[in-house]
Amino acid sequence: MLRGLAILLLYQSIGEAITHFSGIPIPGPVIGMVLLFLTLTFSGYTMPQWLAHTGHFMIRWLPLMFVPACVGIFFLPDTQANQWPAIVSVIVLSTLITIATTAMVMKWVLRPETEHLP
Amino acid sequence: MMFISTPWVTQAGLLVLTLAIFSVSFWLYQQCKVLPVIHSLLHPLVIAPLLIGALLLVLDIDYSQYRHANSPFFFLLGTANVALAIPLHQQFHHIRTLVKPLLITLLFGASFAVISALSIAWALGASVDTLISISPKSVTTPIALGITEKIGGQPGLTAGIVVFTGVVGAICGPWIFRWLNIADDRISGFVMGISAHGVGTARAFEISHRCGAFSSLGLGLTGALTAIILPWIVIACSR
Repeated sequence: MLRGLAILLLYQSIGEAITHFSGIPIPGPVIGMVLLFLTLTFSGYTMPQWLAHTGHFMIRWLPLMFVPACVGIFFLPDTQANQWPAIVSVIVLSTLITIATTAMVMKWVLRPETEHLP
Repeated sequence: MMFISTPWVTQAGLLVLTLAIFSVSFWLYQQCKVLPVIHSLLHPLVIAPLLIGALLLVLDIDYSQYRHANSPFFFLLGTANVALAIPLHQQFHHIRTLVKPLLITLLFGASFAVISALSIAWALGASVDTLISISPKSVTTPIALGITEKIGGQPGLTAGIVVFTGVVGAICGPWIFRWLNIADDRISGFVMGISAHGVGTARAFEISHRCGAFSSLGLGLTGALTAIILPWIVIACSR
């Protein structure tokens, strides 16, 4: 558990350092994620069990880490208050349309692959 | 109220508030899993922020103070982001065979999310300020905040919009897939990751491990793609 956390924090800090020094607009944790993925996939080592455990623990509690940011929805600046109806309908409508159409597109592009199956 | 003004006590207390309310919401969610439709609306990400928001108002605590005290969670969000590499690695053998369909879906989904949001908002008469803050809505929170600062949106509004998008996607996604007769959890996972980022990914891991892996792939790719392309589009449009 602790070893796993150390590895994750190491990659997070490497990612943050790369973002900081290169000025790439991609956040550090995303770069850390890509680097960890590349290490695991192409280094030839089998991933240790303890790292998998820590990773799955972190992901299981991902919603908890989102909570403080979520609370911010109720404390927006007053200038945005009159735009609430627009904002809410945009989020709900466009999210639903995006999910439905993207799922249909993916189902369509996957079709040749599934047709080969018996 | 003397003890409340001691910084460390306040900081620890506000962290406990998040943990306690989340635990209660999570317990409630587990208890209600038998109820088919209502249970999605009782997702901890809906109930916990509502309860905490109400408590902060009642106790007259500033959101900035709460946010500051809870910065460990904002930091751990980044750590969990790194951890997404693990399921991605474990499921990579599935992904390797599907590069072309995944790329087509990614390009379509990531651009459609931005275009649909902006055109609906514009039709409803949103201000330019709001339009800019809305544009990174389907990207994971830390990336979205980076983008919105680059293109001149309001970070607070973007954070709220991004999380709300994730919640809407996580709740309604499974309904839409059932309605469209999509049983393939590679599709539901990848689409949830593209359109509902981390919240959708957390939900996808509840469906299956493979669903979650495809979702983290969608989340990572959409984040990187949007972070690279969106600033240029905004610069081009504002001329």
